Amino acid sequence: MKRTLIRGGRILDPATRTDTTADLLIEDGKIKGMGVDLDADRAEVIDASGCWVAPGFVDMHTHLREPGQEYKEDIQSGGRAAAAGGFTSVACMANTDPVNDDPSVTKFIIDQARKNSPVRVHPVAAATIGLAGEVMTEMSALREAGAVAFSDDGRGTEDANVMRNVLEYSKMVDAIVMVHAEDECLRNDGVVNEGFVSTRLGLPANPSAAEEIRVARDIALTRMTGARLHIAHVSTKRAVDYIREARDEGMQVTGEVSPHHLTLTDKETLGFDTSTKMAPPLRSAEDVEACRKGLVDGVLQAIATDHAPHAVYEKDVEFIAAPCGILGFETAYPVVMDLVRDDELSPLDLMDRMSLGAARLIGVEGGSLEPGVVADVVVLDPEAIWKYDPAQGYSKSRNSPWAGREMVGQVVYTLVEGDVVFDRERGVLER
Amino acid sequence: MIGQDLIGIQDLTREQIETILETAQGMAEVAGREIKKVPTLRGRTIINLFFEPSTRTRSSFEIAGKRLSADVINFSPSSSSLNKSESILDTAKTLDAMDPDCVVVRHKVAGVPQRIAEVLDAPVINAGDGAHEHPTQALLDMLTVYQKKGRLDGLTVVIVGDIAHSRVARSNIYGFSKMGAEVRVAGPPPMLPTRVEDFGVKAYSNLREALDGADVIMALRIQNERLKGAHFPSIREYSATFGLDRAKLRFAADDAIVMHPGPVNRGVELSHELTDHRPSVILDQVRNGVALRMALLYLITGRVPKESAPQ
Repeated sequence: MKRTLIRGGRILDPATRTDTTADLLIEDGKIKGMGVDLDADRAEVIDASGCWVAPGFVDMHTHLREPGQEYKEDIQSGGRAAAAGGFTSVACMANTDPVNDDPSVTKFIIDQARKNSPVRVHPVAAATIGLAGEVMTEMSALREAGAVAFSDDGRGTEDANVMRNVLEYSKMVDAIVMVHAEDECLRNDGVVNEGFVSTRLGLPANPSAAEEIRVARDIALTRMTGARLHIAHVSTKRAVDYIREARDEGMQVTGEVSPHHLTLTDKETLGFDTSTKMAPPLRSAEDVEACRKGLVDGVLQAIATDHAPHAVYEKDVEFIAAPCGILGFETAYPVVMDLVRDDELSPLDLMDRMSLGAARLIGVEGGSLEPGVVADVVVLDPEAIWKYDPAQGYSKSRNSPWAGREMVGQVVYTLVEGDVVFDRERGVLER
Repeated sequence: MIGQDLIGIQDLTREQIETILETAQGMAEVAGREIKKVPTLRGRTIINLFFEPSTRTRSSFEIAGKRLSADVINFSPSSSSLNKSESILDTAKTLDAMDPDCVVVRHKVAGVPQRIAEVLDAPVINAGDGAHEHPTQALLDMLTVYQKKGRLDGLTVVIVGDIAHSRVARSNIYGFSKMGAEVRVAGPPPMLPTRVEDFGVKAYSNLREALDGADVIMALRIQNERLKGAHFPSIREYSATFGLDRAKLRFAADDAIVMHPGPVNRGVELSHELTDHRPSVILDQVRNGVALRMALLYLITGRVPKESAPQ
């Protein structure tokens, strides 16, 4: 019988709303219980004094690039980067090559993850074949194969009638539909948020209205169909407002927000750094504030990194030619700690948004430290200061706007099913 | 400015702009000599790295370099990451390894000269990037206005046309504003970029109001290919509402001058007649372009800084 005692940490359990200093005992991969001076007999002891002990993070929106784009990332490297970032469960988007629009691809991802990833990997299947926004995928078969949600992420599903059918059909498999809310016609070739920054840079602009229009449309379709709509990477004030209104109306509309949309504005793009290029783009300070408020109020239930690795040579090109997206796993915790440092979110609520919120939406284990649940745990040092260097990280790629920046807050241990998969001193460990 | 990059007017101080304009005044004199060449930059190598076709600007830089006795090499790669050939940074690094003293870069995408400047040892001069900046054009425009008006401070400068897609407009907005002029922009609303007023300019969609009391009117070239993007309904309507002719000029100050960065679409931005005659100063702009670029090449590559001089 394997036992691990995490001693003396500040236990933050969003599932039971517990915030207390205690020991946490893990036995055979499950949470045994918490308390003071627990029996450490034959237990491996992890000293967590001065640290937070919380459920492992759950990221409902990531790109692991396997199959097909293993030069950017694969399930092993992405899984390791996730472990180093404190994540114990990650959902990976369907825009692989081939697209995850067929149960064989879903099963392949699950098999690869079982063999190679230190953390749990949950495939999100495409909502339409080839993400083309035309023909629905076999949601029932995909769900059976292990898909936790459906999304054409990266594409906007332009045809409203197709979207209506997707939403309606998804009710049958009881899964959320995650939408990348951008009106592609209005976005046009826009690469930075439309505002004074885009005007200064002289780059094609992507207006907030492109997101607002699509969120409003999909909420209207959800009102009609009664499906579960989830807005991915919310970036605008009005998108938050629309989701808030829909929820007030009693609709099953949810949203996630990324660490970058919570902390960075379009001004980051003024140096033409392609590591600040993503879709949706970094927005105005007013939008950032609204996203933070939405997260605090629970209008947005989860923080999701949208971890999107791209090779150095793909990003090191003309701004308009660079692919969209940035790394997210290894910087997420220190970046979102900004909300705690600014007294906007309590540590317990931050842990909720980093684990339980997403776990509930995609219906997977996680977000809890109750006795009997699987022991996916993260130990965090909220004060540690370190410098982020993507070249020293676990992702194969390096596209991060935080490269070279000083970080406050660090992952000390990540445990999956009671096994330490990441240790600040020793790095990522084989299970 | 020795060894410095020139990416945009936004990075220059008023004092630096004054220094450049003063130096250019001196350089203009060389063009009047029987032998239009001075040995100032003998032994210096200047590379014109033009990813976007340009006859005017490239020739202007080439003549400027040659009048100062520099060796000028023109390099116009068709390569671009946009068409999956050699990356722009690899191209630039390759040229840098040939130890040029200055690289002049033009690219149709905003930001490329800056990215190249970040990886090159040689100083980089931006010869126009997308809709971002065209600093040498703005400097030659300021030089031309200074010659005609004797000052920049207190003048009213009106830029007319597709401001949204114009690097010339942006650089001139920064430049003339820094020098104390009042800058106005005018065009159909889709051609006025979002929050353009944040530059500190006034925006107009009524040409008559915009021109009221103007000392300098700068017409921008209408890019015909933009028609597909529907920024205005037709050339005819644009010409009727924003094309400059003698009749519309009456709203401006009596001694107003008319400028254009060229090439002119005759009968569109400017009437045929106004293109060729006073008060347009289009050929003065071209002439000043050479002097201005001579001044910049001299200021950036001319003197060997003391710390790096051989002992």
